Amino acid sequence: MTSPDIISTKAPGLAWARILPAVLGLGVLVYAFTSNGYVVTVVGFAAIYGLLCTGLNFFMGFTGQASFGQNAFAALGSYGSAILCTDYNVEPVLALVMTMVFSGLVALVVGYPTLRLRGHYLAMATFALGLITYEISVEWTDLTQGYMGYSGIPPLSLGPFQAQTDKQQLAVILVVLALGVLAAVRLRGSRFGRACRAIAGSEAAAGALGIPVARYKLISFVIAAVYASAAGSLFAHFVGFISPEVFGTTMVVQSFTMLYLGGIGTIAGPLIGAVVVSVLPELMRGLKDYQNIGYLVLLLAILIYAPKGVVGLLDSLSGKWRR
Amino acid sequence: MASAPPLLELRDLSASYGHVQALKPTSLTVAEGELVTILGPNGAGKSTLLRAVTRLTPGTGQILFQGRDVSRLATHRLSELGIIMVQEGRGLFSQMTVRENLILGGYNAGGDRVLLEARLQQVFDLFPRLKERVDQLSSSMSGGEQQMLAIGRALMAGPKLLMLDEPSLGLAPRVAAEIIATLGELNCSGLGILLVEQKAPLALRLAKRVYVLSLGRVAVELPANEIGSHHDLARYYLH
Repeated sequence: MTSPDIISTKAPGLAWARILPAVLGLGVLVYAFTSNGYVVTVVGFAAIYGLLCTGLNFFMGFTGQASFGQNAFAALGSYGSAILCTDYNVEPVLALVMTMVFSGLVALVVGYPTLRLRGHYLAMATFALGLITYEISVEWTDLTQGYMGYSGIPPLSLGPFQAQTDKQQLAVILVVLALGVLAAVRLRGSRFGRACRAIAGSEAAAGALGIPVARYKLISFVIAAVYASAAGSLFAHFVGFISPEVFGTTMVVQSFTMLYLGGIGTIAGPLIGAVVVSVLPELMRGLKDYQNIGYLVLLLAILIYAPKGVVGLLDSLSGKWRR
Repeated sequence: MASAPPLLELRDLSASYGHVQALKPTSLTVAEGELVTILGPNGAGKSTLLRAVTRLTPGTGQILFQGRDVSRLATHRLSELGIIMVQEGRGLFSQMTVRENLILGGYNAGGDRVLLEARLQQVFDLFPRLKERVDQLSSSMSGGEQQMLAIGRALMAGPKLLMLDEPSLGLAPRVAAEIIATLGELNCSGLGILLVEQKAPLALRLAKRVYVLSLGRVAVELPANEIGSHHDLARYYLH
């Protein structure tokens, strides 16, 4: 008789390489909650980017597609929350959910024709999506207030509870991030998640096994858009002000750096990448004028010597340790 | 009494890559439980034919499966009906383990764990080596083991028609013979097989009928045991 565990695809056990990032992450959080506002802001941004990259990782890491247009959905989430909360007094949490649904629908409509493209063509189409959204946010001043940006966005609240202080807001962001990561873990291990990873391996082989490739790519794109929208909304509430520059190509470069540096296709990778890329420049402040050079040299060194990202590096070190 | 329709029937199926017509209008049939071999030199259109049947390469013409016109169905729908292809080069998911590859093969079973486990057990009975390597990455296995996995994964889908594109390619003669013998076992259990091969002596041992493709069209169709009596074909494919 077959063992009931034979079709289980869960990873066997926890290696120290998997525990170490969690311990360090916990350390960063403890430090943030016992420090001043600036540290809280840096860690808050890292958490928001962690959420954005977790979604992007679903589309790029698990499903193996390319998207340079996540900034578009972050902008939708951000402006959506700002407009709903400021002009229509909608409850921030409700606004966050509404913009997530709206962004998901936009991704569905845009993704349907776009995802017929592959490789570089898909990358260019999604990049255009980001550029178009940026132009709209600049030009449609009646709605977005153009370069002036949107200010006075209220902090996150739910009913009587309002996250007044930076630390309370960070706590709310971390709760949303935890829910996002939990959902990603569940999705990755699901039948859908395995099918997405098969698509990343070979679209032809996946299709030949009965996996509806086009549909799953679209769903994956929508999931990534919903995550980006949530990240955009959180950003708007956390900072209280947004402008088009926030959602420019810098955001695309930043999120790609985080994804590849942390370890694309892994659950912990986007989180580690988000923390490293957010915190590293701050640690290099002592270099003064050479801060950016030092930061970039370190990034390059990580990418050269750990091409599978920090998670890949830790996994291989853990393997050597076991041997 | 009307006879049952063939398992697979192609009527004037053709396929092109850009302006190049790699497969000219081709008709063939595979009966229920039959093993048919397609022979032909490189560039004859053998792989294109299999890809056109599974709609991985767009084609024109008619594809009938158990009498039903499936010409317009998407690749994954054909798989749901039981048309499963093992691609040339195997198409394994290299970053996944043997177990994960096999489970993905059973995607059509939905979440039915009992059915998945039963199919998995059948695959392990057929290829015990896969059970030994169940947690190994597919990319770390030998060519023969990878081919076993590719066939095992296809069997996990519960095929009615198994199409294989040169399963012996790049394998040592002994391993290739082992693979072909396994296909013979599967055929004996009633599975319809359409086999594209270049190592003709092995494939012809099992096949009932042979189609020889040349320059994108069927040049000859004949019973497998008659190929020896065709001097040119015998010289090309049997020696």
